Amino acid sequence: MKFESVKTLYLAEMARSLRTVLQSIVSPVLSTSLYFVVFGAAIGSRISEVDGVSYGAFIVPGLIMLMLLTQSVSNASFGIFFPRFSGTIYEVLSAPISYWEVVVGYVGAAASKSLILGVIALITARLFVPYSIEHPLMMVLFLLLTAVTFSLLGFIIGIWAEGFERLQLVPLLVITPLTFLGGTFYSIDMLPPFWQAVTLANPVVYLVSGFRWSFYGISDVSPLVSLAMILLFLGAAIALVAWIFRTGYRLKP
Amino acid sequence: MSEDVIRVEALDKTFAGGFEALRDIDLEIRRGEIFALLGPNGAGKTTLISVICGLVNPSRGRVLVDGFDNVHQFREARARIGLVPQELTNDAFIKVWDSVSFSRGLFGKPKDPAHIEKVLRSLSLWEKRHNRMITLSGGMKRRVLIAKALAHEPEILFLDEPTAGVDVALRRDMWEVVRQLRDSGVTIILTTHYIEEAEEMADRIGVIRAGELVLVEDKRALMQKLGRKELTIHLRDPLEAMPERLSSHGLRLSDEGHALVYTYDAEAGEDDGTGIAELLADLEAAGIAVKDLHTRQSSLEEIFVNLVKETA
Repeated sequence: MKFESVKTLYLAEMARSLRTVLQSIVSPVLSTSLYFVVFGAAIGSRISEVDGVSYGAFIVPGLIMLMLLTQSVSNASFGIFFPRFSGTIYEVLSAPISYWEVVVGYVGAAASKSLILGVIALITARLFVPYSIEHPLMMVLFLLLTAVTFSLLGFIIGIWAEGFERLQLVPLLVITPLTFLGGTFYSIDMLPPFWQAVTLANPVVYLVSGFRWSFYGISDVSPLVSLAMILLFLGAAIALVAWIFRTGYRLKP
Repeated sequence: MSEDVIRVEALDKTFAGGFEALRDIDLEIRRGEIFALLGPNGAGKTTLISVICGLVNPSRGRVLVDGFDNVHQFREARARIGLVPQELTNDAFIKVWDSVSFSRGLFGKPKDPAHIEKVLRSLSLWEKRHNRMITLSGGMKRRVLIAKALAHEPEILFLDEPTAGVDVALRRDMWEVVRQLRDSGVTIILTTHYIEEAEEMADRIGVIRAGELVLVEDKRALMQKLGRKELTIHLRDPLEAMPERLSSHGLRLSDEGHALVYTYDAEAGEDDGTGIAELLADLEAAGIAVKDLHTRQSSLEEIFVNLVKETA
């Protein structure tokens, strides 16, 4: 591992988002606040409790996950798409570094950013509802694995995309619906049995469920299953990135 | 240390669509030389550079950079190379200093502000170091790309069309920079379709056409070998027709009989077979008074045009 090269890539990526530091922080704070005003206060006041937790507190882990997923995908996809689009990628590809070092730089920076935003959202949520974290270590593990996995997914999208439309397509058409239908705002057992079964095909369910378990010890599916599923997604993303590098797909003709 | 700093062996590149961009290229670049790769647009100049720099995978053959295979030993090979691409690519919002420093770090070199300063000063970029890329003119952006390529102190510098879209004054400056680099021991490979550039700068010239390297030659040898010389003999009194005596010389009357034009091979000069001595003797014998003599050697441009035409 060429430390200096990876560090340079990582810091340059972090610096890129620092140039827009205000919007980077304001947007998660604002959107988290909006969700709490609408779902937590307005609607949540009509819902007493879900699985023994107040509704406002119940949606906290789901909202953090929502933030983490969308930010990871958009940061990482833009991070690699932009140099491809502007042509500056030539420099990275001609540098004496391996593909995996490139991934550590780009994906590491994207995951770091979304983690920071996730923590900011978590702090913002605290202003609206009191919540507890029963398994803090597991929470951090879920947070980390999710950020890395979905940053890898974003990286793949950024390499696959041939225009800005496609870059927006996957987050808009796949990530957002899956997140909303993934138990962010409800417990799965609030659904009719048929839809409960269908929901289990949604990967986000496992992320939200496991993450919520680390907060309150309640979950739709076993936390071990959640953990196994995240590791499975991570493995799949790594395999896909490895395939991209082996074939030179969209990077090296 | 071998004399060849780059060896390209039996290189083919066929793109996914079936386009054969390079065919059986063998090329050695000597340490410390300026090598100009000439060719019309689409001939494969950029593809060849891209394969050497690791941006494009070869279909067949291999490239050795300072003895290191550029695929299996890419770290060693790429660390020695600086690349200035043809397109003016840049991150619009980054500052010149940051951009050049980034390039150094990316190539794994520890920070060295003194070196970055030296590079920026040599390219007259020092005053612009705090400017964002978006505020620079095209010529300045080109310089920044050169600075980025030099940031990690490469032994070999590739300049892909370095003076495309650059004004004349800046082009002269750029040539000066390239010469200084060569004097400091950097091997330089440049592609161009400005013949003037190759003629002005190169030690050796390679001509590439439709993916094939049709010729690699020392510049002087090339100009001598392929260059035609033209001797124009200005006459005191105009001639109405070619005198019988001179018909064997293959002369051409021009300027309404005021001049005779004689074409000969510059190369033949070495064994004194140009025929000039005989021609002058015959002129004197024919009683034609000569006012002035004028010789002209064809430029590389004419040579190049002829070459590309011949092989087409």
